[in-house]
Amino acid sequence: MTARTSEVDDRRAVRSRRRSRSDGNSWLGVAFVAPQVLGVIVLGVVPFIFVIWYSFNEWRPLTGELEFIGLDNYSRLAADPTFSASILASLLFSAGVLVLNLVIAISLAVLLNRRMRGMTGFRTIFFSPVVVSVVAWSVTWGFLLAPDGGINGALRLLGIDGPNWLADPSTALISLVVVQVFKGVGMNMVLFLAALQGVPEELREAAQLDGATPWRSFWSITVPMIAPTILLTGILTTIGSLEVFAPVQLLTGGGPGNATNVLPFFLYRTAFISQQFGYASAVGVVLFAVILALTMLQWSTRRKWVHDEV
Amino acid sequence: MRATRSRGVAIALTGVLALSFSACAGGGSSSTSGPVDLKMALWSSNEDHLALMQEIGDAYVAEHGDEVASLTFEPVTNPDYIAGLTTQIAGGDIPDLAWIPEASGPEFVDAGILHDVRDTLEGTDGYDLGDILPVALEPWQDDDGGIYAYPFSNSPFALYVNEDLLAEADQPDVQELVGTPEYTWETITDVAAATNDATGAVGLNVPGFSPTNWSAVTMLGNAWGAAPWSEDGATCEFASPEMIAYLTWYQEQTSRGAIPAVSGNAAPAAFASGEVAFSVAQLSQSGSLDDSFEWSFLPLPAGPEGYHPIVGQAGVSVLERSAHKEQAAGFLAYLTNPTNAELLAQFFPPPRASLLDVETLSQAAPKLSPEEIQTAIIDVVPEAQVKPQHAVLSQFTDLVRAGLDPVWAGDDVETAVTGICEQISPTLKG
Repeated sequence: MTARTSEVDDRRAVRSRRRSRSDGNSWLGVAFVAPQVLGVIVLGVVPFIFVIWYSFNEWRPLTGELEFIGLDNYSRLAADPTFSASILASLLFSAGVLVLNLVIAISLAVLLNRRMRGMTGFRTIFFSPVVVSVVAWSVTWGFLLAPDGGINGALRLLGIDGPNWLADPSTALISLVVVQVFKGVGMNMVLFLAALQGVPEELREAAQLDGATPWRSFWSITVPMIAPTILLTGILTTIGSLEVFAPVQLLTGGGPGNATNVLPFFLYRTAFISQQFGYASAVGVVLFAVILALTMLQWSTRRKWVHDEV
Repeated sequence: MRATRSRGVAIALTGVLALSFSACAGGGSSSTSGPVDLKMALWSSNEDHLALMQEIGDAYVAEHGDEVASLTFEPVTNPDYIAGLTTQIAGGDIPDLAWIPEASGPEFVDAGILHDVRDTLEGTDGYDLGDILPVALEPWQDDDGGIYAYPFSNSPFALYVNEDLLAEADQPDVQELVGTPEYTWETITDVAAATNDATGAVGLNVPGFSPTNWSAVTMLGNAWGAAPWSEDGATCEFASPEMIAYLTWYQEQTSRGAIPAVSGNAAPAAFASGEVAFSVAQLSQSGSLDDSFEWSFLPLPAGPEGYHPIVGQAGVSVLERSAHKEQAAGFLAYLTNPTNAELLAQFFPPPRASLLDVETLSQAAPKLSPEEIQTAIIDVVPEAQVKPQHAVLSQFTDLVRAGLDPVWAGDDVETAVTGICEQISPTLKG
């Protein structure tokens, strides 16, 4: 009995020491994450709660008027053809960026995943747009895409009369997609490079010995192995593309017509040019809902194609 | 335990929210007893402009220390000034006075954002309200005669000409045509197209024009008798025969190279680059020009409906939400009295008739010759109209932008402008 009591006491003492150490570690952990959590709450959660509140109001900061109008802003959105065009522009832009970005990023990563002289230089070249200011990047592309700019100049050398890329409704959106993709593809390329370096070489060699072609080996071994990275980059790229603003402001101003009037740009013009902050807040809430829905859609389908996810 | 933790999180969130709400609610009214601190928001961050404002402000504080303790002049550095000012005000930081661009004038007057300073101006000794050109003051007045701003900058649009490019293209000297029936947009665009053809330089551009700033081009339609809406603002006139004729002419000039094609939302090439034959701009542009090429500054040419000069304005106003409206109005009267208006004329063409002389205006544009100042500014300002404005312009400007895009792309003008009127008429009718 005494021995058992002593054993129990020992266990209690160990548990107590563990808990005490665990409590200490917990507080240390809380201290580490607190600034970030506080920042997210103050700069993210609280403003978003305000945005939701404003979306039920008509608000004009310049006069100080704030009038509760219930769901009027949302019913107005449902009937606003510019808003519908803006949703369509955002979805087309996002789909274009997502597909093109991932295809190019994976292709570049596969090409650059070799031990050859000069490979670091190529990787740096493709990554460098990521660290360039988005304004400088957009302005430079503005010169390239001008009617008498660099791209049409090159096409003229080939005997092709290029379009007015940013003023033609059929080319403006795809031009913006290209500008956005080449700005960010380097980041995804680096993530895919890291993922590819985690794919065991023996698997590919085994497949080769079994007679698999490089294409079959890529689809049946490489793609499944890097699927978690495809999921991650897919989600991040989708979110980033739905939040695009600067290239639209600098290159197209939402035009021609509403071809590039994506949701963040429509939101900005509604708030700061039309001074309809309540209505713009409703656009912001819808934009949040669209991003959340698409992210959840991607997340919920992961079990079907990301094999080492649980 | 979990419930306790959840309650803690809820209490913390509530606290943060309460703090945030109280922070947002701040900045409203404050005590007006004793001398107050005044603040003015400015579009310009030019050091010379700020130094002059501060000099006038310090002199006012020295004279009226019992009313005003200090005056601060704060440039709003957001690329879009009104967006920046709105953000500042939404955050509870409300300036007492503000620089207001003309495009926002009628809208701000109509919405009650600006404070009526008529009584203060009329009651200030030596202010001489009658000296301000009625045509310049009109956009800042309401139907009851209230005055909501002093248009401290009243700058006519003119035509800059690159003489070197014209000579290189073997084109005639258009300066000699000023005052003759041949000095028309048709002649200028003929020369612009020929210069573009011979040198590859831009023929004629409007530096302020981009699809989102469409009024920079439509304002020139007044020489065709075209206006975007009726004088009372209630009827859309984009689809009028005059506007269709003007925009069709504009398209033709684009297709023959006299005017560059629109490229997205990019601003046109700067005249200062030396690669532009003609440019429609105000006299402040002359400050950016040097002697690297010969240039001249001429009045705008005439169109089919004659000569119609246009001015761009900026006003200084007291904001209705200021906690110190009375003191701010007192300073506004001091800032814009005849003596200080002459000081401001170093940088901004004044709206006062008594200051419309070559000597005063030479300070604002020292690179212009006395003849250029006389013909392109002094002779023009008394009859120049402010570019078209509307009390709810901000609510339909993007609809017009989207509607005019097909025009810039060379599509059918009548279809495009008819569509614009269908879209904006309900808003115009209120």
